[in-house]
Amino acid sequence: MGEPILRTEKLKAFYHLDVQGDKKIVKAVNDVSLSIYPNEVYGIAGESGCGKSTLLRALYNSIEPPLRLVDGAVYFRVDGKEIDVAKLDPEQRRRLRWEFISYVPQGSMSVLNPVVKLKKTYRDFLESHVGGKTKDDAFAMAKEHLKEVGLPDDVLESYPHQLSGGMRQRVTIALSAILHPQIMIADEPTTALDVVVQRGVVQLLRSIQAKFQNTIIMVTHDMGVHANVADRMGIMYAGHIVEEAPTDDLFKRPQHPYTQYLINSLPQFGDRSKRDSVPGAPPELSNVPEGCPFHPRCPHAMDVCRAKYPQFTQVNENHRAACWLLGGDTNAESA
Amino acid sequence: MPKVLEFENVSKVFHQGGLLSQTRILANDQVTFHVNKGEIFVLAGESGCGKTTAAKIILGFEDATEGQVIHNEKRGVKERNREVWLTEGVQAIFQDPFATFNPLRVVDRYFFETVKNYKLAKTRADAITLIDEKLQAVGLTYKDIATKYPSEFSGGQLQRISIARALLTDPVVLIADEPVSMVDASLRMSIVNLFRKLRDDFGVSVIYITHDLATAYYVGDQIAIMFRGNIIERGPASEVLMNPLHPYTKLLRESIPEADPDRKWKSDVKLSDAESEDFQRKGCKFAGRCPFVMDVCRTAMPPEYERGEVGVRCYLYAEERTDAEAVTEQTKA
Repeated sequence: MGEPILRTEKLKAFYHLDVQGDKKIVKAVNDVSLSIYPNEVYGIAGESGCGKSTLLRALYNSIEPPLRLVDGAVYFRVDGKEIDVAKLDPEQRRRLRWEFISYVPQGSMSVLNPVVKLKKTYRDFLESHVGGKTKDDAFAMAKEHLKEVGLPDDVLESYPHQLSGGMRQRVTIALSAILHPQIMIADEPTTALDVVVQRGVVQLLRSIQAKFQNTIIMVTHDMGVHANVADRMGIMYAGHIVEEAPTDDLFKRPQHPYTQYLINSLPQFGDRSKRDSVPGAPPELSNVPEGCPFHPRCPHAMDVCRAKYPQFTQVNENHRAACWLLGGDTNAESA
Repeated sequence: MPKVLEFENVSKVFHQGGLLSQTRILANDQVTFHVNKGEIFVLAGESGCGKTTAAKIILGFEDATEGQVIHNEKRGVKERNREVWLTEGVQAIFQDPFATFNPLRVVDRYFFETVKNYKLAKTRADAITLIDEKLQAVGLTYKDIATKYPSEFSGGQLQRISIARALLTDPVVLIADEPVSMVDASLRMSIVNLFRKLRDDFGVSVIYITHDLATAYYVGDQIAIMFRGNIIERGPASEVLMNPLHPYTKLLRESIPEADPDRKWKSDVKLSDAESEDFQRKGCKFAGRCPFVMDVCRTAMPPEYERGEVGVRCYLYAEERTDAEAVTEQTKA
């Protein structure tokens, strides 16, 4: 797989809240170490409120109060050199955005300006990021790009409300790919879309990835979408990545009890036997249980689970899970 | 089996635009279906297919332009206060559990209000017993919700609380409009399992409106697939979803991302660019995207053809065609 294009080291990003003198720390991203490689689709799954969107914000380097980077670091590999993102000045950071790493937002409805035609949105965007372009140049570039990703170029002449939700979302994805970024981050890109439209949007993401050979980091709680697109996956629970494996391996041999619940609770066609959901509710990130945060919901909870957070156990070369059932700290290496 | 709710040739027309450029949208086009006692009836389809309009007509939020809704085999009972007459037997839960409850009101007030409106209990103690009983049906207790605000619950819990509230009047039919689309996949099953329990233990009929065909398959007894205002395929859920007949149902079924890396999408899909075009189309509304489109499809909406227990509105299943096919096959042979 070569060198990772994006790496985090013991990343901790907490929200520091102060509600009427009542100080609260929300541990949204807690000790996350990830390595993401060029030319792969990395999926992150977990329930709402597990910190997955915050993790994306930290990866995208848009940490703003009340969110604080408490510990650890995010590294990008730009032109063969690994750089610590937190040490960049604002201008360098701005340059990396969209050209090196771009972001596909969730609600295309609120992203596109409703009162201007899409060509103006594209032009404004190109002017501020490429510079020195004439109107016609920018227009030609936008047209060329839409053709490249297989969308009709006459959408540039329409207003956002004239397009269907699926088309809007695809135009937004195309916009975030226009400068051929090496990493694209997508936060729930298909939530709230119909199944057929969802399929179209996912196809576009996949064809962009195949064309530009870049990296896509995708967050969604829909395990079906992950099964379809992701090469590798991380399962997130209460701010921690609890299991990480190639998608195939993860679905066939889930190791962490939480992952097992996630996968087994999904209804399957051809099988109407009763399936149970994960018992209980996810913990509040401002009040995470001691030890393994999953222990109150875990059917296999032991004493040690209530006392200490388990380290990763390497199940095989590419598959690791943090659970005391697997040993917890026999491989003391905290990958 | 007694029919608890019937939809008889119901049409609903909406007008869009100004005086001069008005377009007519048939949100429901002569929709007919019925729900039997103690079954889970699924109304499935994409956004804009008219499934929520159907729910609103049942609940009396919208009046049908044409046709009639029959409750409990009583038609046109108008003498009683219409709203009370409707809501005693039919209760509803909605999509967004956080929007259902006022964030500044404790949730138990909704329960006491319903008890008061329908005169379900004489004393407060009786009311609490009743409320506790209904909450236990959804896996909660009165203690869990007393004096708590909506923000203190998770989405899944709130959805169960709104189901418990709906159960207070002992409804015959529970209408659930996209009840799981805002809930995490891991908690979805707790809601749909609850529908199973209501059906099996209390004999409640559930109209489950959804675009999530996986859970529809899991809980549904009967299913009706809607597309742009028409029911295009209906029948037993297991039959319709395992062996879909209509090209649109096939497309829907194929597009569900299955949580199995061995069963990925194989082909690419064509999307329609604008929904309004579909509505304006004469004949079958799916003709613009259908891979099997024939000339006849563009002239008139096909009638319903029966295939065993399944009804499908598609000319591919017309009798003449099967005969014609048989003939061509014979000549080939």
